[in-house]
Amino acid sequence: MATATEPLSGTYAVDAVHSSFGFAVKYMGVTTFKGTLDDVDATLTVGPDGASLEGAANVESISIRTPEQFRQHVLGDDFFAADAHPQVTFRSDSVELADDGTATVVGQLTIRDVAKTVTATGTWSPEAELFGSRKAALAISTVIDRTDYGLDWNADLPTGGKALANDVTLTIELTLLAQGAGQEA
Amino acid sequence: MRVLGIPGSVRQDSHNRKLLRAAAAALPSGVELELWERLAALPHFDEDLEAGPAPDSVQQMRDAIAAADAVLIATPEYNAGIPGVLKNALDWASRPFAAHPLRDKPVAVVGASTGLFGAVWAQAEVRRVAAHIGADVVERELPLGLADGAFDAGGALSDPAQAEALAAVLDELVGRVRERVAETA
Repeated sequence: MATATEPLSGTYAVDAVHSSFGFAVKYMGVTTFKGTLDDVDATLTVGPDGASLEGAANVESISIRTPEQFRQHVLGDDFFAADAHPQVTFRSDSVELADDGTATVVGQLTIRDVAKTVTATGTWSPEAELFGSRKAALAISTVIDRTDYGLDWNADLPTGGKALANDVTLTIELTLLAQGAGQEA
Repeated sequence: MRVLGIPGSVRQDSHNRKLLRAAAAALPSGVELELWERLAALPHFDEDLEAGPAPDSVQQMRDAIAAADAVLIATPEYNAGIPGVLKNALDWASRPFAAHPLRDKPVAVVGASTGLFGAVWAQAEVRRVAAHIGADVVERELPLGLADGAFDAGGALSDPAQAEALAAVLDELVGRVRERVAETA
């Protein structure tokens, strides 16, 4: 695949206000529950040898604030075990930013100390000047099996089937701010 | 036709009371919903108390059930089960076992919770208990999750699919009563 690293070069940090780590999971068979980890930090580095992406999201920043019991359940041992594992992290093995605007990112996603290789695909946008800074964007998505990472809770529904699906769609939306070091490149 | 609505929560701002009000507004014309909200006034079920005349609150509940054509119970869910006050009410209502007011009475169960699953396990338990008592139980359920945001300003269910599901429960409950009227006509 032809890649175009030209439009992106150097180091980019996330614009935290406009970045999120989203998740969506089906429950009760048909309905989808969506949420985000809002506190996301990531760095995209684009150099002559290719690009790399590293990031972390704080579990405590999960958009489930109330009811308290729901929040505590999700942060507790049945799901994230946030006290012991406060962050979800990602480190890329390869980042392909293709000319046609598609992006393919392969790397290690770590949740609850379990690292697994995932492939996320999506789109990227080249740098543009916006409000005095140079911004780019990366939006990628993948589907993981939450039980691979030890987020095992489930329950049988009274009328059959499981309460919560195992497949979780992750949607990572990053607005990237060009950092000073990369501007001369 | 008169339906007796019993909220399984005694909390002032109960979502299940709201759900019964939404049900009242959604009932077909000619069908009225009367709320019976005195679960907290019932003493703990005690066979010793059955030696004398029934406590006032118990008698009042039995009379209210007997006077209604059908009963609609809206239950919250505590620890994946039926609230104690509601179980207590069903235990009182089921006496004397051979000739109690819930026997053969059409009963439907709905439920709201602030979590994802809308008291689906409590609803199943209430249906099981009501069937055991000898009520004519509608097997449909209405799990209303995320109840904090489920009602519009007018008190109706904001999600049209949930409003439809509530209407389907009510249709079946009202249908059970109409069948009886047709049979005895």
